[in-house]
Amino acid sequence: MYWTLFITFLRIGAFTIGGGYAMLPLIQREVVDRGWISKEEFIDLFAVAQSLPGIFAVNISIFTGYRLKKIPGSIVCALGTVLPSFLIILAIALFFTQIQDNVWVEKIFKGLRPAVVALIAVPCITTARSVKLSYKTILIPVVAALLIWQLNVSPVYIILAAGIGGILYGMYVKKGKI
Amino acid sequence: MIFWQLFLVYLKIGLFGFGGGYAMLTLIQADVVDKYKWISTQEFTDIVAISQMTPGPIGINSATYIGYTAVQNAGYSTELAILGSCLTTFAVCLPSFILVLLISYYYSRFKNNKYVEAAFLGLRPATVGLIAAAALMLMNRENFIDYKSILIFGAAFILTWKYKVHPILMIFIAGIAGLVLYW
Repeated sequence: MYWTLFITFLRIGAFTIGGGYAMLPLIQREVVDRGWISKEEFIDLFAVAQSLPGIFAVNISIFTGYRLKKIPGSIVCALGTVLPSFLIILAIALFFTQIQDNVWVEKIFKGLRPAVVALIAVPCITTARSVKLSYKTILIPVVAALLIWQLNVSPVYIILAAGIGGILYGMYVKKGKI
Repeated sequence: MIFWQLFLVYLKIGLFGFGGGYAMLTLIQADVVDKYKWISTQEFTDIVAISQMTPGPIGINSATYIGYTAVQNAGYSTELAILGSCLTTFAVCLPSFILVLLISYYYSRFKNNKYVEAAFLGLRPATVGLIAAAALMLMNRENFIDYKSILIFGAAFILTWKYKVHPILMIFIAGIAGLVLYW
């Protein structure tokens, strides 16, 4: 059973490019279709894993492992998820530090870097849309981004303030709704 | 000393990394690039590019890569650098372990918890700001060296946003553009 769990999550870790949410259909197919966890339970786990900090794919693999085989299960599943990225990146790190000063590699990366910034700017807009910011709540991300970018405020304080602010808002402004 | 610092930084990233990989980038950059200067903005951008092309979550990819590079840049041997990458990868996962185990005990109380739901009223919009900060912090002279960079940024933005070009394909196109434009 441990071996099956390990191999399953190893496959999930090895074949999903693009992070947590890209892994989701694969995790669901492996975990739900095998009958390890019911569909309803998986949806619940998904919601909880999403509201936890940390790496989503790791959270959901720890949850699944714990459900099935307690703490040893959660360790086996997390190892399976993490190991492929770990090994691939380690190989790249060993190799890349030797070629990064090559003139051709430098040219390629000169082109890559601005594109990477665009690849982060786009999800910023799509997330802003999915969060459905109003003309009032749009102030939250604007102020947060400016504080971090211009005043070097630690993102940790922004996250704490946003979380506590949300709770206070729920308790005192929207009283009765929570 | 660097091992202890790396451990604490990645523990913090694991504990406060709300809102997915892109939002996590801001946390990583604030400590790894700006505070401890383990790697340059350029190196950080390169890691993000490599993460986009390789399997696995960006949080793990960056932890492994930075653990290795930071220790190596500090002048230690390759073996210790590999140890550094193990340490950061472990540290970024550790809070998840503790939290998931805690929540498994109190699952019914955590699920649909009104305080958790209320906290996300603030966290969700803040995530947008975190991702924006990640992009803004990378828009500097190291990454945007001339007008060609701005051209590549504009083209990549439109291709990804309007034409939904896959990030991996986008990275390949940008790499070729780099070769051609900086020939």
